[in-house]
Amino acid sequence: MANIKDYIPIAGESTIEDLQLIAGHLKGKVIQNVNSTSLGGGVAEILNRMVPLLRELGVDTHWDQIKGEEAFFEVTKKFHNALHGRPQEISKRDFNLFMDISNWNIKNMNTYGDIVFIHDPQPIALVKKRKKNKWLWRCHVDVSNPDRRVWRFLMNFILNYDSAVFSSPNFSRRLPIRQFLIPPSIDPLSDKNKELPQEVITSVLAKYNVPDDKPIVTQISRFDPLKDPIGVIEAYKLVKKYIDCTLVLAGGTASDDPEGVRVLEEVRKCAADDKDIHVLLLPHSDIEVNALQRASTVIVQKSLREGFGLTVAEALWKAKPVVASHTGGIPLQIKHKYSGLLCRSIEGAAFSIKQLLNSPRYAKRLGENGREHIKNNFLLTRHLRDYMLLFLSVYHKEDVVYL
Amino acid sequence: MPDLMKDAQPFKFYTRLHLTELTGLRASNLSQLLKLIKKVPGSCIYHHTHRFLQQHQYLSPEPPNDFAYWVSEILGEAALGEELASIDTIRFNTIRALREEIIETIEYYIKNNFFARLKFSSEGEEFHFMKSVSFISPTKYIAYNLSDFAEILKKVTIDSIYFHIFEARLRLEKPANDFSCWIETSLGIKELAGRIANLDPYTYTLDDLRQVLINVIENYVRNKN
Repeated sequence: MANIKDYIPIAGESTIEDLQLIAGHLKGKVIQNVNSTSLGGGVAEILNRMVPLLRELGVDTHWDQIKGEEAFFEVTKKFHNALHGRPQEISKRDFNLFMDISNWNIKNMNTYGDIVFIHDPQPIALVKKRKKNKWLWRCHVDVSNPDRRVWRFLMNFILNYDSAVFSSPNFSRRLPIRQFLIPPSIDPLSDKNKELPQEVITSVLAKYNVPDDKPIVTQISRFDPLKDPIGVIEAYKLVKKYIDCTLVLAGGTASDDPEGVRVLEEVRKCAADDKDIHVLLLPHSDIEVNALQRASTVIVQKSLREGFGLTVAEALWKAKPVVASHTGGIPLQIKHKYSGLLCRSIEGAAFSIKQLLNSPRYAKRLGENGREHIKNNFLLTRHLRDYMLLFLSVYHKEDVVYL
Repeated sequence: MPDLMKDAQPFKFYTRLHLTELTGLRASNLSQLLKLIKKVPGSCIYHHTHRFLQQHQYLSPEPPNDFAYWVSEILGEAALGEELASIDTIRFNTIRALREEIIETIEYYIKNNFFARLKFSSEGEEFHFMKSVSFISPTKYIAYNLSDFAEILKKVTIDSIYFHIFEARLRLEKPANDFSCWIETSLGIKELAGRIANLDPYTYTLDDLRQVLINVIENYVRNKN
């Protein structure tokens, strides 16, 4: 795993010095991150990189997971969907089950941090344990149009935090606590984003029997209805009428996402009659994701709702032309016609894919602008800086803070 | 904050890092935008007129303030967008005065363009008011003379340059940028201080601004030797 000095060639020496400077102001503070899974999904991915780097910078950072069984995660997945605005049947029993497991965690989990940093709704109720320490709630979900009943339920806990953190301004709402904007980031040196030799890319394509004799259109995402894999197939079919191409739908599953298997089945059924559609259930292999992205001609992220959409940042970092939905944090990453193309429908996605496949020079320019934008705004070094400033902010209420 | 400009004092480089705080306030038409511009804290006005400097350091199609961008791109009022984009921010010594100018520009436009107030943004494209929380910290860099100063300018982050040029003057309401103040007060070189004070830093990217400052200072040193 990379150490902090390895980022100097990308971020610059003075940026790393600034990180060391801020870290010095957090000496003596214990930061405790809490989420629900150590593997799968964007949150675990970020924490896996972030925690060791914060430690290397001298910030005493820890990462714990709450315990939960499948039924609990079924309920939290319903919450997740409801927060994204998708209609869900959530019974009183579901709320009770959520509270039963939360109460078990409250009783059994040690919240020892000077700052307890809670990620997403699953562990949100732990704040009931709050003593004199500081509590932050990091919401990775698009809550621009949430189910009111679930949001009201969560508000009972949110109000007890010192601050909340959102990934996009669209998710903010009037709250009696402070709220900050911190978009997530990608790690340019991780297996998922580092440069790869052509042999590795070729061997991954061969492993999954994806031919490279025609343009490859790819969506990398968990198999989740909100990522709209069926919509991607429909868009591909509209493109295919005019341009011969291959579609790759690839993704894994997260241990806190029980819906994944059902969606995968549905997608496979929908793709069954077309040999140019490749539905790949990937193991947790970041190198393979990286290789598939790099082998692609166009990358799609046609989500119906999106917390942030880190796959967009990953694709842009590889200077790939991207077609993505105007939702969640995606418009922060793509300025339409400048660093990619935004769409709002299946037809819109299909039109944009055709444009990029037919105009390689235009596609190249969008990809290059996108890479520059990600480099300036969405790399891990910026994220580390923002998190450390967030930790400092709980001890300073003013708008101009002298350290 | 320690005084940066005591007589014959060396120049201590500071850096400014910022965190974006959300207010939950949003506007979906010009009247709402105007109402909120009048009401929000100065830190919001500062954020929306300066954010671009640090977020879009390179090629970007966006105009230099968020109000201009939203009015042009989302409401389709390109003429007002252009007027807001061309507000000469360097003329203003306080956020208060800058806010007044923005308010007057929008009020005048609404008065003369009745239909502009009837336009609404679509859902998800509202203007979200945010503010900047600045964290200011000394760095290890100290300059004792002009040559040191130019060398350090090559090394510090653009955040440090940003702090001494933009934030010190407008947000902390100092009479000029820190570099000009030090060169004039501590080194007594009025001509060079004036040359730096006369730059319009809003029309450069931060990396270009760094290069311009280095060139101006190195040329001065070369000509004096």
